[in-house]
Amino acid sequence: MRDLHLSLNQTQRVRLEAALHELQSLAPAAASAAAVTVADTIPVNQEDNILKGHGTSDQDGEVVATLCGVVERVNKLVYVRTLRARYKPEVGDIIVGRVIEIAPKRWRLEINFSQDAVLMLSSMNLPDGIQRRRTAVDELNMRSIFEENDVICAEVRGFQHDGSLHLQARSEKYGKLERGQLLTVPPYLVKRKKQHFHHLAQYDVDLILGCNGFIWVGEHVVVGEKTKTTEYQQKSSDDAENFTPLETRKHICRLANAVRVLSALGFTLTVELIIETAEASVSSNVEVNNMLGAEFYVQTAEREAKRRADLLRKKNGAR
Amino acid sequence: MEFVDALTGFRVDGRRPNEVTPTFPFPTAPPRVTQSHSVLLLDFAQMRQLKGEVGVVARADGSALFEMGNTRVIAAVYGPREVQNKGQQVNSKEALVRCEYRMAEFSTGDRRRKPKGDRRSTEISLVIRQTMEASILTHLMPRSQIDIFVQVLQADGGTRSACINAATLALADAGIPMRDIVTSCSAGYLCSTPLLDLNYVEDSAGGPDVTVGILAKMDKVTLLQMDAKLPMDTFENVMELAIEGCKAIATYIRETRKINGLNMLKIASHKWITHRVKGLLVEDEWLCPVQWTGNS
Repeated sequence: MRDLHLSLNQTQRVRLEAALHELQSLAPAAASAAAVTVADTIPVNQEDNILKGHGTSDQDGEVVATLCGVVERVNKLVYVRTLRARYKPEVGDIIVGRVIEIAPKRWRLEINFSQDAVLMLSSMNLPDGIQRRRTAVDELNMRSIFEENDVICAEVRGFQHDGSLHLQARSEKYGKLERGQLLTVPPYLVKRKKQHFHHLAQYDVDLILGCNGFIWVGEHVVVGEKTKTTEYQQKSSDDAENFTPLETRKHICRLANAVRVLSALGFTLTVELIIETAEASVSSNVEVNNMLGAEFYVQTAEREAKRRADLLRKKNGAR
Repeated sequence: MEFVDALTGFRVDGRRPNEVTPTFPFPTAPPRVTQSHSVLLLDFAQMRQLKGEVGVVARADGSALFEMGNTRVIAAVYGPREVQNKGQQVNSKEALVRCEYRMAEFSTGDRRRKPKGDRRSTEISLVIRQTMEASILTHLMPRSQIDIFVQVLQADGGTRSACINAATLALADAGIPMRDIVTSCSAGYLCSTPLLDLNYVEDSAGGPDVTVGILAKMDKVTLLQMDAKLPMDTFENVMELAIEGCKAIATYIRETRKINGLNMLKIASHKWITHRVKGLLVEDEWLCPVQWTGNS
């Protein structure tokens, strides 16, 4: 909602306000009780000895929030989850990042964390696919794998003893991402799921929802053929063969714009919602370049409000 | 010059000097939310009108626009991010906080080019940095740096107070853990009357000017500046008044943050919280209602 700087006309403003108001009224009343700001006291029962988690501190026997966000309670643990903040890595998260520096035996990646992530050459599958010791020659050829400003996909391996964050890319599905768009959204909009790689067969597009709020929309790559394409590129031949068809490029733009609209409105991003938004733009004859116009924002907000209202009704009816 | 009207007791801009309480308290009903962001306006008899808005700079991690009457300040926070100049890092276990204060060329009555590193702005940068560092939990963000940029868009007295308030709002917006909300307010003593939140005319009268910054909830002073002499008992009154003002601002900032956070939460939340109840994993359809066991 905050990134929304649109020039709305009077009708559109009223409609958007109505839709957003409906969305807010649909959220349960408990949401207001769970929201805290810095220095708010979190009410707890002193008898059951609770554990103070992230975003809380102890002041004169009271549990006080040190962040703005939502209070979460898991058994005895009480912690505050922030909404708008930088990404907080957890082991096993799938992330998308950009190479900013090549250092000895490692790449440094920008992943929207409070420090740069490190991808070691040794925690990376070599292009030839053979398991062996990394030699000095491999180290010299690091730029042939990833260069500066390349967008890559990897997995969080964990924190080292010195506090640095290490990544790994030990599978075919990780690696360099090409021919597509990188979008950055606030990390709270991406929820951790079982599946973060999505192949949208109907569009021939790959969608990667990185846990760090970096979202990749790009041409579909068949896993296992990646090595072959890199060889092609080294030779810089067969340009025509490697050409992304216009249709696919349009699909990529459409999906990317759908993500932009949804994140600007502040909706949690799921594949279903992204596809639905893209489909809706097709069915209402909105051109790709008009998707970021005011009208489509209003339509998206209204559709989401309706969808949530329907869901709630269904849920209440089932009970 | 008469800064407090002998007859009516009004100040130059029509404020009454003797009332500390706000003319109207916070509305009990939540204020109306505008389409893009929630903006609260608040009037005090003593203090000038306050206005705070978050999310004004798109690329920053956190940003805020803060107004105290005609004083208008924009703050942008970047980080926590990788330390850019490793030489500046003193302790790798704590975050490095940096602050830059600037006045826009058009902010004052006479338009004049302001050199970047002049003494005044360097001093205020330092003051703001130290004040904010006192509340940021730097040990939670090792090996990183936080940059705070504050720019005065319109100067009408009390810029450093406004800058501190804007920086607090921006830091909270960036999701940076803080001990407490830091707020600041100035107070002066003119025509044998303690005056809260001096404007430019009163400020340039040359009387004593006390700027106070407090941690609102913990009731601790993090900033106290005065460039003049003042008898002890008068000083206590003036400082009392300034602290009163700080607390009013703290209430205001907290309210602004709360409304903003709540809107974000309500709009985003849809089937995204899993919470555990007695060992069973329950995927909640909506935002989980928090089960209060204590008295809320």
